[in-house]
Amino acid sequence: MTFIAKPKVVHPSLPRNALGLIRRDYEGALSTLCAGCGHDSITAAIVEACWRQALEPQNVVKLSGIGCSSKTTAYFVSGGHGFNSVHGRMPSIATGANAANRRLTYIGVSGDGDTLSIGLGQFCHAIRRNLDMLYIIENNGVYGLTKGQFSASADVGTKAKKGETNFQPPIDPVLLAMTLGASFVARSFSGDKQQLVPLIEAGLRHRGFALIDVLSPCVTFNDHEGSTKSYAYTREHYEPAVQADFVPPEREITAEYGAGESLAVTMHDGSRIMLRKLDEAYDPTDRGMAQARVQERLKSGEYLTGLLYVDADGSAEGGRREFHQINGTPEEPLNSLPYEVLSPGSQGLAKILARYR
Amino acid sequence: MSRTNDFTVKIATVNGTGSASANTLLMKSIFRSGIPVMGKNYFPSNIQGLPTWYEIRVSREGHLARSGTVDLMVAMNAETYSRDVKEVAPGGYLVYDSTWPRPALLGRSDITVLGAPLAKMCNESFNGVRTRILMKNICYAGVLAALLDLDLERIRELLAETYAKKPQLVDSNMKAIALGHDYARQNFPCPLPLKVERMDRTGGHIMIDGNTAAALGCVFGGATVAAWYPITPSTSLMDAFKGFCDRTRVDAQTGAKRFAFIQAEDELAAIGMVIGASWNGCRAFTATSGPGISLMNEFLGLAYYAEIPAVVFDIQRVGPSTGMPTRTQQCDLMECAYASHGDTRHVCLYPANPEECFYMAAQALDLAERLETPVMVLSDLDIGMNDWMCRELKWDDAYRPDRGKVLDRAQIEKLEKFQRYLDKDGDGIPYRTLPGVHPKGAWFARGSGHSQYGTYTEDSTEYQIVLDRLLKKWDTARKLVPRAIIDATPGSDIGIVSIGSCDSAIHEALAILKGRGVGVNYMRVRSFPFSEDVERFLAAHRLLFVVEQNRDAQFRALLTLETAVEKSKLRSLLHYSGLPISSSFIVEGVLAEVLPKPQRKDAASA
Repeated sequence: MTFIAKPKVVHPSLPRNALGLIRRDYEGALSTLCAGCGHDSITAAIVEACWRQALEPQNVVKLSGIGCSSKTTAYFVSGGHGFNSVHGRMPSIATGANAANRRLTYIGVSGDGDTLSIGLGQFCHAIRRNLDMLYIIENNGVYGLTKGQFSASADVGTKAKKGETNFQPPIDPVLLAMTLGASFVARSFSGDKQQLVPLIEAGLRHRGFALIDVLSPCVTFNDHEGSTKSYAYTREHYEPAVQADFVPPEREITAEYGAGESLAVTMHDGSRIMLRKLDEAYDPTDRGMAQARVQERLKSGEYLTGLLYVDADGSAEGGRREFHQINGTPEEPLNSLPYEVLSPGSQGLAKILARYR
Repeated sequence: MSRTNDFTVKIATVNGTGSASANTLLMKSIFRSGIPVMGKNYFPSNIQGLPTWYEIRVSREGHLARSGTVDLMVAMNAETYSRDVKEVAPGGYLVYDSTWPRPALLGRSDITVLGAPLAKMCNESFNGVRTRILMKNICYAGVLAALLDLDLERIRELLAETYAKKPQLVDSNMKAIALGHDYARQNFPCPLPLKVERMDRTGGHIMIDGNTAAALGCVFGGATVAAWYPITPSTSLMDAFKGFCDRTRVDAQTGAKRFAFIQAEDELAAIGMVIGASWNGCRAFTATSGPGISLMNEFLGLAYYAEIPAVVFDIQRVGPSTGMPTRTQQCDLMECAYASHGDTRHVCLYPANPEECFYMAAQALDLAERLETPVMVLSDLDIGMNDWMCRELKWDDAYRPDRGKVLDRAQIEKLEKFQRYLDKDGDGIPYRTLPGVHPKGAWFARGSGHSQYGTYTEDSTEYQIVLDRLLKKWDTARKLVPRAIIDATPGSDIGIVSIGSCDSAIHEALAILKGRGVGVNYMRVRSFPFSEDVERFLAAHRLLFVVEQNRDAQFRALLTLETAVEKSKLRSLLHYSGLPISSSFIVEGVLAEVLPKPQRKDAASA
């Protein structure tokens, strides 16, 4: 439960970052997600990345929509403001907040339902605006809180927990973001902290819209034989039809692989999530190549992961201006401008009204 | 009775032919001659080709509502010709373009028909199809100038201001004016009895539309983030805000813009951006119309429950659904008052004219931050898009925004623990903090159940404490919102209760009724929740006419829901044609009820 305070025991030997803060200082409330949920690994990765980056906790702004993933903004950086908004609408809250104060670090956490179904429009337009934020999708191909419906990222042929097969093609957020001109596009896996933490760090530092699509299996509703987004772990005694609400204890799964290797994150049975590390010839600054490679791998059921495309400073071909550059706003945040520079005053009003006389 | 400075001219043209500049020119020249004048535009939802009308009412008494009659019709549109002819009051006049024969005109012998070959004259004097069409409209302004005895020098002065950057246009426009003017002087009995004579009743006044005035109010109220999705009839508010900001908010040295102007992908995003910016310490607003409010409902509920300021201008248009986007109504009263699912109630302000749009815009920004809740300003197309004569807008340089209960860094530092939704002051308004100030001030905004300490909850008692406190805040709002305006003389137990843009028609109706010996009191409600004086006025009257512009008596419904008034005392006068309400509609409605039956017919036709 989020209202249970975490015990805070600080051992003097815990490592401190540049601000003198320990990792615990970047944690939040206790997670209420299922034990073994991939999302909790991502939360841990965010904590690690923020600590490593030595962000002032109050300068971290956490934004989310609705769903399991969106709950996680309560589970990290308790010293930063959080905004758990409405389903699929987090990007608009982020846009307004960022417009008001460009100096803070904005982290949006969303899910595949929140981003690719109800929130697809806002997601696309935040990318178009090149809003300066880190946008993490915790992608599990399924609706968890409503108990297991397919999401828009479910692959063709994948089976729901109750046996239904999906025939509608998935929306791939990585390809979509590249098409829309996103300036930082990455994919990772919740079980690969070694890859994920540096990606988050890079995303936090990126100026503009940084997308990280993190494959994050749902241990409760998408972890069965026939699912293409599964840890594929089913206990022998588990009966899906009868025990739909039973949540088995899980341990986290980690995967490690070297450059050039593709890897199936398959624990027990028919799971077919393939991860492929970037090879040395891959150029993440070439949007056209990146799109072609990602698409090619998807066709054979493999997910290319890592930092797939980046335009760090708007210098790449078709390079993008960031939201505030487009709007021409001052370096000083709008929310700190004194009223005196905002009001034209009574004399200014008289001048303005001349043409209405 | 003399018709000098007391008549209505209606001009029927085709949309997209530049008639708006001719009409504005006419109206403004009358205004500058010191005579109260009203201009109303009845335009189609179309860019070019459909019929459009403009009505100019000249009123020495200062009545600025639609009169309901037409004394002089300028019939420039062949498509609407037959109905335009019918609309002229007996004894009135009709001006038409006699370049083409109009046999349909012969249908009326009780009006004077004046034909001027406008197209022919313009074709002979100007080159280019577009120029000829535009000049034909300026040309009828010349005819009217002669018929109504308008001052040509004043017209030249107005053209010179309009085309300050293109002086050659002043000459060509004046040439077209002269064509019409000379023709009328030579062929018609100029001036007509319907004529203009200089007065001194417009000093200290301006002609401005409500959307422009509201935008100015946002500039002076210190709004820095404006997000919206284009929708008629609200778009001109956003355009005006950007225009004023481009003039007054751009740093001379760096070129940096001290405002963010964001065209959203839809209204859901627009309100989200406003909420995000307000949560992060900016004054932010959006402008929309009924369909946009429908889409914003979910977010409005979040802002109500998470207690985040937001300002929304609803420039009401005709519904339901897409309705008639370019016609006026007051049909979003219920939608705005209770927007979103669950128990929600929103602060609403009801301006009656552009002057109030200006002041209420700034007031809405203050109230939203003071009360930490959305505030909706319900204007309408009639107020928002028509030019109204109103008192010159003033600004008090001592004004400073009321940012409400925002804790700064030092105040947070002193706290042992920050508790977001705790009622410390007993007024139902909790303290808030902004992101980026102090880690101890961090809180989690959420639409899910929360306790007064700001934590997630599913506990019944904790949930109810917050919900009940919101009601206490609602009572505080009642004391802060603008009071009703009451015009009452002792002795009368009959009252009119109304809202917004019905105001000018009601004032005229009250004068007419008084002339007929019927004394009626008047209360104009300016806010929701209803201020305490509303209850008193309702209780003090035996019979109450509720005047509003929608079919379902939404304002009456709000009164019965939110006050102790007896339903049986209330009579609805409902006007929902899409045109602004006229005084005659109200006079007839009141007389039908209050006069003894045998007298009714005589009095009504007196």
